Amino acid sequence: MTARTVLTIAALTLREASRRRVLWALVALTAALLVLSGWGFARLASVETEFGAMTSGQARLVASQLLNLVMFGMSLIAALGTAFLAGPTLSGEVESGISLAMLARPVRRSTVLLGKWLGLVVFGSGFVVLAGLAQCLVVELTVGYWPPDIVGALVLLAGQTTVLLTLGLLLSTVVSPMASGVVAVGLFGATWIAGVVGGIGQALGNDDVARVGTVSRVLLPTDGLWRGAMHSLQDPSALAQFGVELEGFPFLSEAPLTLAYLAWTVVWVAMVWGLAALAFSRRDL
Amino acid sequence: MNTADAPAVAAPGDAAVRAAAQLVRDLPPTPALWCDGLRKRYGRRTAVDGVSLSVGCGEVVGLLGPNGAGKTTVIKMLLGLVRPDAGEVMVLGRPGADPSARARVGYLPELFRYQPWLTAAEVLRLHVRLAGADVPPDEQHGCLELVGLGARAADRVGGFSKGMQQRLGLAVALVARPELVVLDEPTSALDPLGRADVRDVVLSLRERGVAVVLNSHLIGEVERVCDRVVVLDRGRVAASGTLAELLGQREVRLHLTGVGPAAEARLAAAGPVEREGEWSTVALPADDDGTAVPCLVRDLVGLGVLVHAVEPARISLEERLLGILRAGSGDGRP
Repeated sequence: MTARTVLTIAALTLREASRRRVLWALVALTAALLVLSGWGFARLASVETEFGAMTSGQARLVASQLLNLVMFGMSLIAALGTAFLAGPTLSGEVESGISLAMLARPVRRSTVLLGKWLGLVVFGSGFVVLAGLAQCLVVELTVGYWPPDIVGALVLLAGQTTVLLTLGLLLSTVVSPMASGVVAVGLFGATWIAGVVGGIGQALGNDDVARVGTVSRVLLPTDGLWRGAMHSLQDPSALAQFGVELEGFPFLSEAPLTLAYLAWTVVWVAMVWGLAALAFSRRDL
Repeated sequence: MNTADAPAVAAPGDAAVRAAAQLVRDLPPTPALWCDGLRKRYGRRTAVDGVSLSVGCGEVVGLLGPNGAGKTTVIKMLLGLVRPDAGEVMVLGRPGADPSARARVGYLPELFRYQPWLTAAEVLRLHVRLAGADVPPDEQHGCLELVGLGARAADRVGGFSKGMQQRLGLAVALVARPELVVLDEPTSALDPLGRADVRDVVLSLRERGVAVVLNSHLIGEVERVCDRVVVLDRGRVAASGTLAELLGQREVRLHLTGVGPAAEARLAAAGPVEREGEWSTVALPADDDGTAVPCLVRDLVGLGVLVHAVEPARISLEERLLGILRAGSGDGRP
């Protein structure tokens, strides 16, 4: 019964995403990004610097950096899309009265929440994986660069989307639908900037500034996961070549994620989901 | 427990077991809905203050009261949508906190919407799945036809008018073969025809033994379909009982001339009489089966009395409700 309810709600959430044109808006945005980046990468192959044409090694290096930049755009689309989907899904339904009839059925609120979460995870992760894969294919076809660990990168990007939508769900149990979307995306951006600040602190050897990035990555693991994904996408020789010069550069990641950090991310998601379930089950409708 | 099995379980001659089985058989049937001492505060405001009520199987109970009396909050607490600060709820024999208690409950909320991106048929299918019921598509479609939406089954709910949404809400409340139906203002957006449909639906539910809780501002509606009425005022039960109990005895006013002692004795035999000139008011017995008035008139005519007018008088539920609420406010609130 519980599994059936979870799957029913998850399927309903996916149907909502497709019928409310969210899916088509994302597909259109992604297609535009893919076409533009394809054009850009194709031009890259024929760029001439003041020292003459780029060697194939240089082109791969630049391509791997640009890929990180484009993938950041992609993850931003996914983050915005899922955060604004996760927000209205709970508080919007409570406000409009959709929840009244549904939650008067023999279902636990946590079961309904799990179904919604699962539907959003499938939707967000599915988008990130498909769009990310398409982007890598575009880069492979135009400049012949294929990331060293594409599977790892896509899994981490899907994880980043999951973290953000779980936060969106928690927020939507306590604040209005619009506020929850805005706060989730705001926190996502703030964590990224804190990560960049931390990177600069590290480059300058200032531990206090560097700690800003570390702390923010623990509080909201989106930036940490993004850095892990970047590391899987970038050419390993990039670090060796630019390591010192580009320390603190926001689209270069110096180290892969540790297992401890991945475990913390799983705990973080479980904890925030648990809080959302608790807040939702205690809420008067 | 199947009571027919009881004698087989009890050993012949085991009087104690047989007595216990009899005791269980003689217990009053479990009410479809029962609550005791429900309380709810929102900040400093007490919305519901010690409400207790019970709805038997196959009984239609009306909730009446002014705006803000706590009717909808009581309904939401009964259905687990609002957490009571105190009190106990039993739904179809199970504790209200257990979601499975609501497996056979249909609910039409007061302010609601259904997923606008779904069609009417999809909304019903969703609710059948959530209820864990096994209702074939034909029966689901029958529910839509019952509320007059048979031809709109494949249309998106987003394009429905308020009245159509309310009809759909009624179909949703009925689709999973409920044993208890809670209707919160089911006719607020309906035209007179729709209201008559709702009345028919409620009466047919009662015939099938389904318990119904009806919260409605339309007193006439409540008076026509409800077996019992619970009046809420400022979060408390101000009065409750059957319509006969709440409305008191019926009366008949008669304009008579040529009343002799025999006729007076006949009037007194019908019930307590109050005389005012040529008008006599007779309070009829509570167990009157409807023949008291015609028999009285026939006998009076037989006794040579001239009967100019016969006016049945009955205090309306509306008058009674206003009386209860004004008495409750204590200061003759208008």
